[in-house]
Amino acid sequence: MNTVGATPAATDVAIRARGLVKRFGTLTAVDHVDLNVPRANVYGFLGPNGSGKSTTIRMLCGLLTPTAGEIQVLDLKIPQQAEALRLRIGYMTQKFSLFEDLTVRENLEFLAAVLGVPKAESRRRIEELLEQYNFADRQKQLAGTMSGGQKQRLALAGAVIHKPELLFLDEPTSAVDPESRRDFWEKLFDLADAGTTLLVSTHYMDEAERCHRIAILDHGRLVADGTPGELTAALVGRSLVVHAAAPRRAQQVITAIAGVLSVAQIGNALRVLCADGNATSESIRAKLREAAIEATIETGTPNLEDVFVASTGQRGRPAAERAA
Amino acid sequence: MKWRRLSAVMVKEVRQLRRDRITLAMILGIPVMQLILFGYAINLNLRGLVAGIADQANTSASRAVVMDMVASGVITPGLSATSPQQLSDALRRGEISVGVVIPPDFEARRFEGREAVQVLVDGSDTVVQGAAAQLAQMPLNAAMKNATATGPATGQISVVSFYNPQRRSALNIVPGLIGVILTMTMVLFTGVAIVRERERGNMELLIATPVSRAELMVGKVAPYVLIGLLQTTVVLALGTWIFGVPVAGSLLDVYAAAMLLIIANLSLGLLISTRAQSQFQAMQMTFFVFLPSILLSGFMFPYAGMPRIAQWIAEVMPLTHFLRLIRGIMLRGASVAELWMDALALLAFIAVMMTTAILRFHKRLD
Repeated sequence: MNTVGATPAATDVAIRARGLVKRFGTLTAVDHVDLNVPRANVYGFLGPNGSGKSTTIRMLCGLLTPTAGEIQVLDLKIPQQAEALRLRIGYMTQKFSLFEDLTVRENLEFLAAVLGVPKAESRRRIEELLEQYNFADRQKQLAGTMSGGQKQRLALAGAVIHKPELLFLDEPTSAVDPESRRDFWEKLFDLADAGTTLLVSTHYMDEAERCHRIAILDHGRLVADGTPGELTAALVGRSLVVHAAAPRRAQQVITAIAGVLSVAQIGNALRVLCADGNATSESIRAKLREAAIEATIETGTPNLEDVFVASTGQRGRPAAERAA
Repeated sequence: MKWRRLSAVMVKEVRQLRRDRITLAMILGIPVMQLILFGYAINLNLRGLVAGIADQANTSASRAVVMDMVASGVITPGLSATSPQQLSDALRRGEISVGVVIPPDFEARRFEGREAVQVLVDGSDTVVQGAAAQLAQMPLNAAMKNATATGPATGQISVVSFYNPQRRSALNIVPGLIGVILTMTMVLFTGVAIVRERERGNMELLIATPVSRAELMVGKVAPYVLIGLLQTTVVLALGTWIFGVPVAGSLLDVYAAAMLLIIANLSLGLLISTRAQSQFQAMQMTFFVFLPSILLSGFMFPYAGMPRIAQWIAEVMPLTHFLRLIRGIMLRGASVAELWMDALALLAFIAVMMTTAILRFHKRLD
């Protein structure tokens, strides 16, 4: 751990960004984002495609120059001190970026050397990773011939080979089956337990729910920031569950009511998110009675999907994918 | 630059290269194919050869002969010497292509009908040899018509071809071919090197690591130096075996010259790589460089026969300088030290290209 020059107050914050802006021509990809990422946390970046997650991560690790704003990562000023930062962070790109025409072991050997793992330790560290990430019997396989889940595991092994203090993961599980995703997250929590700070971007609600803290990005703006518990607690009373005999028809009726942000069918029930709890609940009851649809209305427990809808105005991934 | 990181990049390149069958086939396939294709020569007339003149007679008739030769346009006087020895030295250093010797007893020889003028030719270029043959056809009488209208002027000009007495064009083509093959393959290999990593998505990973720009560039290029030397060896061996091309100078000088051209071309390839957006674009740019190199360097058409502007362009291209070096070394037995101007030109080219490539490459995505 490198704590040279760190003030006691600064050490518990891994990433601090103020007024971060990135423009590409006329497009504003990131728009005045403030971030505080505590150390030894799994911090989630949630947002639809094109919301500025990747751009923000690239600015934080010094690969893109911000148009405006200040960044401090591990007490280093970015992008000025980006070179010094590179030895202390791991970065897993969205697209598989290891060498497909090198074997598992060769990829790790290359990364160990360029990421500054001392030569004497490198061999032992590679053995350790091959074991931990279940590659012991695949170390001579070409990386390009592996499955999506295996590739992601290898990329993670490569990103942590030098035991970085901070790990950036850009949509690490976007091309991975549900079971591999679960395994992958187990590995992430192992790392967080060992004291690594992780910043993970995702568009999966279930993954976001597992983070210590999350930030929701929409069109480049930070629209929500907090622990999943804090964020859902703010919505108590605004989430309703409607059981109706004719759910499709009921959905049409409810969607048309002012103050209803979204209606999603889950089995025979409808999940309704309202801009304002009680008042809307009453108008739903009235409209359904008017349309002669028999229904019961209960208050639901708000989840992160509701938070996402409330702050971005759109639904995340379909419910089927959330089951994973 | 850290050795551990540099060597990691080199080892990675070698491992990837070993699995790249097409590139491996090209490394040996291109030299063998081209050697056989180009083994047959192209001859052309040319003008404006730089000539050294040693007029030991210095009579009005001898001056008239020289003026006539110059007026024919085949030669341009470049050096005025006092002895044939001086001329052959200049010929070896590549300063002149033709030497004209007029012996002190020119007048006597002319009247007796013996060989009155000697033309020394740099036979390492067959086209130059051909041009010199034209000089020999010139009637000595014509020059003397006014001066000695009555004399039985029947003198002759003899042509002595240095370094390639049998006028075999393979001798001229094979050394040049080393340069052509190295220009084609080396620029192409590194031209796609950086672009390929960008296309495959490896670049974002690489620039997020502490690998420095210089480590990345040098590490990517270094393994290809060995491949270039291997190709040089293949062409040399086959050239000697099939075409009987001699190596008059030292083999060490041959490899030193080849090394200079290899590194020059690799740095040019790297520069292309930092500029191109796709592997296809890198290929296009490679051919954009390759064609003028072949046409203007003196490989196909003699440098001396080109218009001034084409000569200026040729001076910028590494192949031009390499051809002067390698023909000098292999056919005339000169050393790199004697041809230091061209060696220096290649070194300057390397320094400029490599620096520009490293500066142009940013460890940023924007």
